[in-house]
Amino acid sequence: MIPAPFEYLRAHDVAHALDLLREHGDEAKLLAGGHSLLPMMKLRLARPTVLIDIAELADLDYVRVDGDTLAVGALATHARVGEAELVRAEAPLIAHSASLIGDPQVRHRGTIGGSLAHADPAADLPMAVLAAGATLVLEGPAGRREVDADDFFTGFFTTALEPDEILVEIRLPRRAGEPWGYEKFVRRSNDWAIVGVATVAGRVALANMGSAPLRAAETERALAAGAGIDAAAELAAENTDPVSDLHADPAYRRHLARVLVARALSSAPG
Amino acid sequence: MIQVEVTVNGEARSAEVEPRLLLVHFLRDVCRLRATNVGCDTTSCGACTVLLDGVSVKSCTVLAAQADGHEVATVEGLAREGELHPVQAAFRAEHGLQCGFCTPGMVMASVGLLQANPHPTEEEIRIGLEGNLCRCTGYHNIVRAVLAAAEAEA
Repeated sequence: MIPAPFEYLRAHDVAHALDLLREHGDEAKLLAGGHSLLPMMKLRLARPTVLIDIAELADLDYVRVDGDTLAVGALATHARVGEAELVRAEAPLIAHSASLIGDPQVRHRGTIGGSLAHADPAADLPMAVLAAGATLVLEGPAGRREVDADDFFTGFFTTALEPDEILVEIRLPRRAGEPWGYEKFVRRSNDWAIVGVATVAGRVALANMGSAPLRAAETERALAAGAGIDAAAELAAENTDPVSDLHADPAYRRHLARVLVARALSSAPG
Repeated sequence: MIQVEVTVNGEARSAEVEPRLLLVHFLRDVCRLRATNVGCDTTSCGACTVLLDGVSVKSCTVLAAQADGHEVATVEGLAREGELHPVQAAFRAEHGLQCGFCTPGMVMASVGLLQANPHPTEEEIRIGLEGNLCRCTGYHNIVRAVLAAAEAEA
């Protein structure tokens, strides 16, 4: 399988990438590691006529502390996010999440920004940044703006990113030492989650329980009101809209959500 | 068409290619290096694993254009002056292959794994090779081979 023909352009820096995006409009797609986009192009599920390769934008590949925030550049690979001491110390939930994506080869190429912009509802990082309460920094022709993870994922493979914007940074609250939990139910090692759960600091996020990653709002409210783990977890599937596929029907996914939320809340490794 | 220049096994290879040309096809059809196999073609099986700037990647999911200006290593480049690379020698000695189809990718993934972690435990090897499938299910001897190679290189 090879993708349909396209024009390939390489951006030198963010300003150049923004210029190219403006010039080519929504015919163009940004290419970073390409580990979501290229498989979709091979299957003709995506057919951009222009690819703007941003992989060489070295100014977007970093992990650094910025006050009470851990700032991760959009081009940091899953391998880097999963292994960097700084991420493991300050945002262990995110490091753990990145380390479960695909396999080593995939993690060497895939980037955090690419995964979030792709917004697969079954993917690890969208759920994880939602649980972590991340803020995403988007850059466009008018400059930078910040969007909470809660407002970024708007639907099935859809985000708040405008066609002329680039996701440049992920800002994570520093949570060294805070307990967190992560559960991913899969039939094949390191696959996409049939259902996934990430929790930290009273926030509980679900993967593959709707068209976008979701907060288990009723569970969070119950926890905040002092409910026990089991009682709170019983509410995990409220207001969800899971799909039916080869792996599971909606009723089974709701069951999984309740069980996995209870496990994630109980495990909470420090 | 675009011009790409990729250093393959230490040798500069330049060609005019379609932007959609995958790295694995660049290696097989342009460079005529046919050891790297196309297995699943969907980033799953790892048969097409090569090293890109020293780290393992699945070359069915990398464009030749993305490798422009970078270094690629394939299994053909491992042996030195007729001497098998320690990982190759260990795969042979430990019977780390049956039909051989996954072997080039398995060897390159193992070389990448040992570069990052020269003394892996058995479990680290199993996890480190998660991206490579052996349809003969010959995993035990593959893991033994990587352990032996780590010992030989120590």
